[in-house]
Amino acid sequence: MQKEFYITHANCITPLGLDAFSNYNAVIEGKSGIQLHQNNLMQDAFYASIISNEVLDNAFSKISKSNKYTKLEKMFILALEPMVSKQEITAKTAFILSTTKGNIDALANTENAIENAQLGILAGRVSSFFGFKTEPIIVSNACVSGILAIAVAKRMIQTGLYDDAFVVAGDAISEFVLSGFNSFQAMSSEPCKPYDKERTGVTLGEATAAVYITANKSKVNKRSFKIVGDGAINDANHISGPSRTGEGLFRSINSALKEANIKASKIDYISAHGTATMYNDEMEAIAFNRLELQNTPVNSLKGYYGHTLGASGLLETVLAIESANNNKLIISKGYKDCGVTQPINIISESKKHEIKYFLKTASGFGGCNTAVLFEKVN
Amino acid sequence: MKQNYKIAQYCVIENKKVFLNGVEEFSSADEQFPDFIKAAYKKFNSNYPKFFKMDNLSKLSFLAADLLLKELRLNEEDNDIAVVFANKSASLDTDVKYQRSIANKEEYFPSPAVFVYTLPNICIGEISIKHHLKSENTFFVFDTFNVEFIYNYANHLLESNKTEKVLCGWVEFFEDNYKAVVYLVQNNGILDHNIKTINTIYNK
Repeated sequence: MQKEFYITHANCITPLGLDAFSNYNAVIEGKSGIQLHQNNLMQDAFYASIISNEVLDNAFSKISKSNKYTKLEKMFILALEPMVSKQEITAKTAFILSTTKGNIDALANTENAIENAQLGILAGRVSSFFGFKTEPIIVSNACVSGILAIAVAKRMIQTGLYDDAFVVAGDAISEFVLSGFNSFQAMSSEPCKPYDKERTGVTLGEATAAVYITANKSKVNKRSFKIVGDGAINDANHISGPSRTGEGLFRSINSALKEANIKASKIDYISAHGTATMYNDEMEAIAFNRLELQNTPVNSLKGYYGHTLGASGLLETVLAIESANNNKLIISKGYKDCGVTQPINIISESKKHEIKYFLKTASGFGGCNTAVLFEKVN
Repeated sequence: MKQNYKIAQYCVIENKKVFLNGVEEFSSADEQFPDFIKAAYKKFNSNYPKFFKMDNLSKLSFLAADLLLKELRLNEEDNDIAVVFANKSASLDTDVKYQRSIANKEEYFPSPAVFVYTLPNICIGEISIKHHLKSENTFFVFDTFNVEFIYNYANHLLESNKTEKVLCGWVEFFEDNYKAVVYLVQNNGILDHNIKTINTIYNK
């Protein structure tokens, strides 16, 4: 029999809150995690969405007295903890960790710099905290990593190698990444404005998000979502810019639709990537139009969280699940006037909207794209 | 229905040597990886000037993939060959180089041309661009080559009709340590696609 795959629990750790519920409430109220920072990470003041160490340490001290964990590790552990404590970890439970740069700031240290920057060490430390029994699976596929990790979990449960999966995605703000985006001249001098005419680039952010995925129908609850299709197809065009025709994204969405056996017109809401760079937003508008999705409500959550890199796809899925369970659209913060050449239906009003199917998309360096389609269970 | 897939060809690059389908095709006396890989690139007539701007991980992965893919008479615009790669050190070799460029405020010169290679999946992007692979791609990180995982993931992509062929590989590069084991999985070929065969290729 064909298996079905469900997300039954979802959580996230961001500057706007330490669980999915408080994050959803914050974005509905229009709050943003993006603030102006002046510190030793950059020469000039910069906008970013950064989690307060004090808030994080306070929350972490309630589940562990250990002081051996990095900030990012604490964020991973806090995202997973509420859902892991509700489930049994078996020898067929997968642990999937998605990140682009992990503990990259360890490279600036003098002791064990290389070892501590290895993604495997990071995943091992988070895995050991919970006692996962299988080898950690790390997905490191640029900015699609977080959403791709959901597809990987579903695919690997389908093979029978695993019964269920804990998926966690995260990245932290570092001098390494800030300087890199700055060298690309891709950083916005104000909080980012996805799809807007006045957009000037990316604002970076840090976050973690986690979901529990199972094929066991008895675990399904009234807030669960079914994963009905996915695709992760390369543009084969350029390593640091998207395809002008949105080819890889177009094909990724088509692949997800084909697998789910539904028409594009059934999609009620798109949680898009929307980094607020000129090329990315334009590319997405083209791809959505090619699929006749120009009238489907779409938003980018980068105006609330910045671009959280390897976390973003999963974080935005967690918020999309909240939005769909409340049948309420989240405003695409930072958007005022259309700044893409092909019209798309950017959400500018937080109104009631029945959401049965939603699509999550992402695109990233290396020409990668991912689309995953979700269906509400109840 | 579970199908039995085959390995059509495989390429191994390690210890200054290049093997194709188990046969040593090239060896070099050059001690340094950049010299060795440049000599190998010339020997196999890869003829792709962009090769010279790539980082070490991309050069290693690109050459191993190129040796297999250029035999296939691929389409000029569009090919459905998925790429599933994994390694241990992600892009750490280039990360360390990039870190040096920002470590010292007096000699601060972060370069976008270096920064873009601080993601391991860029090597998949390079291969996809050269061979027009508009297809599924994923980069995983494991402590050692997780053959069971990659074997199952590749089979799944084929069984679920997400792709026609899968280029799989372990492509590790950090400082002086490197190893590429890349193989093409499809409907027909010289070896059975199974965990034992992959281990044999990897350990040879």
